[in-house]
Amino acid sequence: MPQVSLTVNGKSHTVDVEGRTLLVEVLREKLRLTGTHVGCDTSQCGACVVHIGENSVKSCTILAVQADGAQITTIEGIAAADGTLHPMQEAFREYHALQCGFCTPGMVMSAIDLVKKHPSGLSEQEIREGLEGNICRCTGYHNIVKAIAAAADVMNGKRTELARAAE
Amino acid sequence: MYDFQYHKPATIADAVKLLAADPEARPVSGGMTLLPALKHRLNKPTSLIDLSGIAELRGVRREGDAIVIGGMTTHYEVATHPQILAAIPALARMAATIGDTQVRNRGTIGGSLANNDPAADYPAAALALRATIITDRRRIPADEFFLGMFTTALEADELVTGISFPIPEKAGYAKLRNPASRYSMTGVFVAKGPHGVGVGVNGAGPCAFRQAEMEAALSANWSVDAVANVKQSPDDLNSDIHGSAAYRANLVTVMAKRAVADAG
Amino acid sequence: MNVTLPSAVSSGGIGARVRRKEDLRFLSGRGQYTDDLVRPNQLHSWILRSPHAHARINSIDTAAAMAMPGVVAIYTARDIEAAGLGGVPCGWQVTGKGGKVMAEPAHPVLASGKVRHVGDPVAFIVAETRAQARDAAEAVEVGYTSLPALPDLRAATAPGAPSLHDEAPDNICFDWEIGDKAATDAAFARAHKVVRFETTNNRLVPNAMEPRAAIGDYDPNSGEHTLFTTSQNPHVIRLLMGAFVLKVPEHKLRVVAPDVGGGFGSKIYHYAEEALVTWAAAQLKRPVRWTCERSESFLSDAHGRDHVTTAELALDSDGRFLGLRVETLANMGAYLSTFAPAVPTYLSATLLAGVYTTPAIHGQVKAVFTSTVPVDAYRGAGRPETTYLLERLVDVAAREMGMDRLEIRRRNFIQPDQFPYQTPVALQYDSGDYEATLRQALEAADYAGFEARRAEAKGRGMLRGIGVSTYLEACGIAPSKLVGQLGARAGLYEVANIRVHPTGSVTVFTGTHSHGQGHETSFAQLVAEQLGVPIDMVEIVHGDTGKIPFGMGTYGSRSLAVGGSAMVRAMDKIIAKGKKIAAHLMEASVEDIEFADGRFRVAGTDRSKAFAEISMAAYVPHDYPIEELEPGLEETAFYDPKNFTYPGGCHICEVEIDPETGGVEVVKFTACDDVGRVINPMIVEGQIQGGVAQGIGQALIENTVYDGEGQLLTASFNDYAMPRAATVPDFTVLTSTTLCTHNPLGVKGCGEVGAIGSPPAVMNAVVDALRDYGVRHVEMPATPLKIWSIIHGGGDALPQAAE
Repeated sequence: MPQVSLTVNGKSHTVDVEGRTLLVEVLREKLRLTGTHVGCDTSQCGACVVHIGENSVKSCTILAVQADGAQITTIEGIAAADGTLHPMQEAFREYHALQCGFCTPGMVMSAIDLVKKHPSGLSEQEIREGLEGNICRCTGYHNIVKAIAAAADVMNGKRTELARAAE
Repeated sequence: MYDFQYHKPATIADAVKLLAADPEARPVSGGMTLLPALKHRLNKPTSLIDLSGIAELRGVRREGDAIVIGGMTTHYEVATHPQILAAIPALARMAATIGDTQVRNRGTIGGSLANNDPAADYPAAALALRATIITDRRRIPADEFFLGMFTTALEADELVTGISFPIPEKAGYAKLRNPASRYSMTGVFVAKGPHGVGVGVNGAGPCAFRQAEMEAALSANWSVDAVANVKQSPDDLNSDIHGSAAYRANLVTVMAKRAVADAG
Repeated sequence: MNVTLPSAVSSGGIGARVRRKEDLRFLSGRGQYTDDLVRPNQLHSWILRSPHAHARINSIDTAAAMAMPGVVAIYTARDIEAAGLGGVPCGWQVTGKGGKVMAEPAHPVLASGKVRHVGDPVAFIVAETRAQARDAAEAVEVGYTSLPALPDLRAATAPGAPSLHDEAPDNICFDWEIGDKAATDAAFARAHKVVRFETTNNRLVPNAMEPRAAIGDYDPNSGEHTLFTTSQNPHVIRLLMGAFVLKVPEHKLRVVAPDVGGGFGSKIYHYAEEALVTWAAAQLKRPVRWTCERSESFLSDAHGRDHVTTAELALDSDGRFLGLRVETLANMGAYLSTFAPAVPTYLSATLLAGVYTTPAIHGQVKAVFTSTVPVDAYRGAGRPETTYLLERLVDVAAREMGMDRLEIRRRNFIQPDQFPYQTPVALQYDSGDYEATLRQALEAADYAGFEARRAEAKGRGMLRGIGVSTYLEACGIAPSKLVGQLGARAGLYEVANIRVHPTGSVTVFTGTHSHGQGHETSFAQLVAEQLGVPIDMVEIVHGDTGKIPFGMGTYGSRSLAVGGSAMVRAMDKIIAKGKKIAAHLMEASVEDIEFADGRFRVAGTDRSKAFAEISMAAYVPHDYPIEELEPGLEETAFYDPKNFTYPGGCHICEVEIDPETGGVEVVKFTACDDVGRVINPMIVEGQIQGGVAQGIGQALIENTVYDGEGQLLTASFNDYAMPRAATVPDFTVLTSTTLCTHNPLGVKGCGEVGAIGSPPAVMNAVVDALRDYGVRHVEMPATPLKIWSIIHGGGDALPQAAE
């Protein structure tokens, strides 16, 4: 049985897997990091998005053995050690960008990658197109787009604090 | 998914050896098409040969009047690579529209070419740009590489190691996405290159193809109007619940116009 | 007693945009959805499903599969029948014309004798791992004899069509009518004009992002079964599964619906998998879990809509509606799902008056069995179908009468002074102001400036259109007596238990369920406001029959209108008891005690006691009227509503069509909805935005397609188009309020209005964009292929001939 070593949210793990075991199965079932979700079986919904290194990937479409040696970040690993939320998490809450919460971890992980790859800023259209790989059935995306725009301003250093949503 | 043996060779030679030894082995690069198929149990390979450990398959370089891209180069790398952006910006723009961010972060140009999905983006570019597909044993002109739906000139144990794109004077791409799968319903890549004008079409037929009448029209007069009057025959085009053959035939002309406009 | 209304929005109370309490866990990856739960020593399962739409099962051979690694058990219909389990029950019985009760064929947990749709469960395989169970499923050999498929609604009703069920030889479940046929015929006889319109309301797959999952557990010591499931209504599941399928009494059956990742109706129903895991866990004395894969969801979750309707509208020469005749064929699918018979009848045909004063209406509904996945309520449930029908019909009528689309609506609106308004189709509307919502929406959408925008778009080669829908819906379901008369087999009240702890913090146990609606926040606002305690001191508990007295769950936009009203009633009892305690402590008469802002005061004095002082006294009754009052401060209320609630409003959509590709883009969307009193505007707007996105999905891209063999062609996200971020625009969402007159909060409901009001607005805009092409109607979804075919004179989506 193959063995893989992964660093997940800064912690090293070595686990036994089958060749066919998906990364998301290791995260959810072996490491009990259940914030990463499975919402489809055609690699489209994006509920399973995690980061490998700097890049967002769909953890349902990569074998655990392919991720051997990788540095992986999941939704559980993006807040600061003291519990302070990542600006993207904070923005999703401030702008009511989640309802049932199921797509949310993948959405947040994709959004962070999207913002990091556009350090000079993002238009509304770029945000919408950048979410091609994430499906949300609850929100109509309206508030997700607003949250990402607000978080981008903080992540890109345009603002020191998150812009508040309208009261 | 059925279980399989997993191998991660470090050299092309080792990978080819593994493939030659087992006709039921399958290479995997980004896995963006293969893994969903395996999850649905549509394939039952005995072993998967992971190409991601092979350093020789990586990298982008200029060779004379061509850009050579290693087979394991991801769509994201193609979309953002300074040399590609400078030499063939339309190719970079096209790569930036493949699938979604996560597909682009893992999917590779070599995997896409070898898979030859009729709705994949790259084959149209390869045809229009008169690219040469480089394998572990030979160089295959794009015109001779794409043989049919999910079928290429590759032998069972042959690996795409790279692709060489002659740098064109200008090129452009336009596509309409399938509303569900988001693959290309029809896409057209146009190029005015050192070996002439090329018009490559994806999504419309069972295999990407060159549109000869449009190439002739653009050779005579590189303009949107030149392709606007060329009608694609719907014969032999794909037809499904999202697009009839007649609709796709229309899209060939519409996307060609937009691709020419994109090329400038 | 009605809730005390704040003079201004207080922090965290009614009307405040309180950020959600539930978000922290979801954003940190700490949500606890069913599939996230692990039970010690658990087993996994896989369901072998029918590949045929209609076939006889000749044999099932499980021997080879049983011998596969890790396999623990394989169950088929024979085991289920031997154990004496019942079938999956239907919760609603419709009585049709002539008092004929609907046909109600058995719906076995595992297919018995026949399979009736692709995806019908045939065998249940339990193994140590999920992969092993799936591997073994492939080794189960089932001998089928294929029978004619019946995927098409019309073909299934044709004379001589093969029968799906022996109990319904003509495939008709019921043939039902509502309204006054004679009066309607008379109205048509004196009509100036009759406008005829046919349409299909496209079949949809709900696709909540969390696939269904279920875990069964059994404690042999207590004999208690526990089911963890992705449900919108755990008590209903306990009732249906316990009483009808497993025959386990309520006190030995606990159903837990933890965090649930969206429902939209698809998680209301009791599904066979829930019974299978619960039963198998007791057989095997080990927990058994099942998680659906998305492609499997397409074949096993109830679908929505799928009505084929013909309507005729009689008008006088001024464009006033005189009468309406409607005939609908409604697809039930292969079996009756929990609410299915109610959807085209009591949730749809009762809305045929819409916002208009049409005096005579006659509606007929034939419900049909087909060899497809069962069809049941999906966000809006019957009301989107009627709203779409009416609001397209009104646009068609305006065109044929040569009238302005707004004028014809205004001329027929029910006026504010006509409430309560009795419709000819059973319902009595309590409140509304349709002109107000129309006016606000027109202003916000800059309707007056549209023609300039159309001209500008034309300059870019784009066809721009604008569409309006003015609608209402009936939700907050519903009065038990009324729904009982209409065929419901359950009451539809709601339950709240409010436990005030000694130090004055409050736990609220509600029978509703939150799966995205934000109840943990908005209900806490309501309770904080009413009891005058900080919102952080209020905890909302839902989703566990082991904790909550009873409940009917969340659907039909009922949670606040019915569940919130139950909370108000329970709080009234808390306050009444608190007054007695306060009167004792302050040596005053109970009649002199006032309660406001969290303090009990003796009227006209400066003597008062804080809420927490009273609760402490209730639990430490040293100085207490113990002779006449029990200690403790906990109250339960069951609230049964007096009527449905009637939200409504106006949606305005602008689209641009690319004539070269047929692509339709929604470029502007404005909604002004009257949802009654708003507790948390942020949450309400979010609900409307989400509903509108689903409505745009139905109008433009979503469709469920079966081929002639009954195979589902749109069986995954590769062929079923889901709205993505780039499919929808930035929304303008407004609210305008008239209060519900019959519940203590004045609330109406906001969960479905977006999905109900929007599809006709989108389609009216699409038809308007094509006005130069002589198009009368376009069927949903307006896909690029369909629109291109219309523009270029081909295809099947051509304008219908006017009568």
